[in-house]
Amino acid sequence: MNGMDNRLINWFHFSSPQTFYPLAGKLMPWFAVLAALFGIAGLYLGFFVAPTDAQQGEGYRIIFVHVAASWMSMFLYLVMAFWAALCLGFNTRLSGMMASAVAPTGAMFAFLSLWTGALWGKPMWGTWWVWDARLTSELILLFLYLGYIALQSAIDDPRRADKAGAVLAIVGVINVPIIYFSVKWWNTLHQGASVSLTKSPSMAQTMLWGMLLMALCFWMYAIAVVLQRVRAIILERERHAGWVEHLKEVAK
Amino acid sequence: MKNPHWFAALAGVVRRDILLAARRKSDVLTTLFFFVIVVSLFPLGIGPEMDMLRQIAPGVLWVAALLATMLSLNRLFATDYADGTLEQMGLSAVPLGVLVVGKVFAHWLLSGLPLVLLAPVLGLQFDLAPRALVVLMAALAIGTPVLSLIGAIGAALTLGVRGGGVLVSLLVLPLYIPVLIFGAGAVEADISGLGPAAHLSLLAAILAATAFFGPWATTVALRIALE
Repeated sequence: MNGMDNRLINWFHFSSPQTFYPLAGKLMPWFAVLAALFGIAGLYLGFFVAPTDAQQGEGYRIIFVHVAASWMSMFLYLVMAFWAALCLGFNTRLSGMMASAVAPTGAMFAFLSLWTGALWGKPMWGTWWVWDARLTSELILLFLYLGYIALQSAIDDPRRADKAGAVLAIVGVINVPIIYFSVKWWNTLHQGASVSLTKSPSMAQTMLWGMLLMALCFWMYAIAVVLQRVRAIILERERHAGWVEHLKEVAK
Repeated sequence: MKNPHWFAALAGVVRRDILLAARRKSDVLTTLFFFVIVVSLFPLGIGPEMDMLRQIAPGVLWVAALLATMLSLNRLFATDYADGTLEQMGLSAVPLGVLVVGKVFAHWLLSGLPLVLLAPVLGLQFDLAPRALVVLMAALAIGTPVLSLIGAIGAALTLGVRGGGVLVSLLVLPLYIPVLIFGAGAVEADISGLGPAAHLSLLAAILAATAFFGPWATTVALRIALE
């Protein structure tokens, strides 16, 4: 009879660090296992099943890491901004912790995407870097992540760090599309070395599956790592709380 | 809203900030000289070929304007925060957002407007055509308020934070990129004969959007710092 009520209680039940901590601990291994399974399947498909590309040879196989990493780096910024908005809107502690737990993983994926992109670009186009709209905006995305992390680590009071970071993340997420389109226009105006990244040859079905599996792998990996990191953040921030001292991993 | 004392408060904040700057002229002048020196360094580093200089002039002037604005950002709130004035502003009957608009406007008058007026002189050193100089001034006139508005968010977020001065550059410079692209792009489009109208319109659109959202985000950030 009180379905609505129950659901509300269930949602908010896990919004406190104390109740979320054990939940995150229980969920984390599952996501880690899923990440490993998707990863094995995706890499197998990518390295052994997918055919050698007619034009690009074996080198193209880096896209199974590269594309998935780029997707995740962008997606995680949205996730971070979502938690940041919750942190500002509802003033909940856990949302801020989640946002700051997402940032390093997002930055890692942005960096991975740039790095693998450079490794891919050298054999394909003969250069490590082109000022293409996508590459440039990915680089700026990395800067935005780094700015967020730098701001958070410069503020000693964790509550203020969370909120200040939240404002920055939201300002950043509004700016991301503007930056993307401005860089795109700038690129078309300048078009020096004309390398088209958008016109990809029609992709074999297995390649697409490999990429999707790798994206799922990275997604599950991101969830697992974020959950583990948020557990560490909870322990660090709540170290003076009574419930932490009763945890069996803390109590001697 | 008929709130005449809002405008009085806004004008008061602008007057006060300008008066404070007039009493300590060196602060404002240092940033201006920084702008001039950075721009003058480029020909020394790259070489005096006029063709090359004409090509890089819009980008150089804009990047220097970005850096100069960024250097002046810590002046925006830091002293008021340190002596408690900002806290009083937060308690005032006039919404903090209105006062923020006044402070940002004063900041633009002191650091953005002089850049707009100086740019043509520096542009001459780079052998820009008179028409390109006018476009450069127009682009700077529309773009520098955006720099002040976005910079204010960064300045408010880093108030009283360790290493605030360097940190603010990390936060704000990536957000300045669209302004840089369209600002420098307007001059380049004019030189190449495409006409600057599209770029200037886009800059104006960015100005409209940041003028609306910027002070609001700055106010939220200031409230967080004052907590």
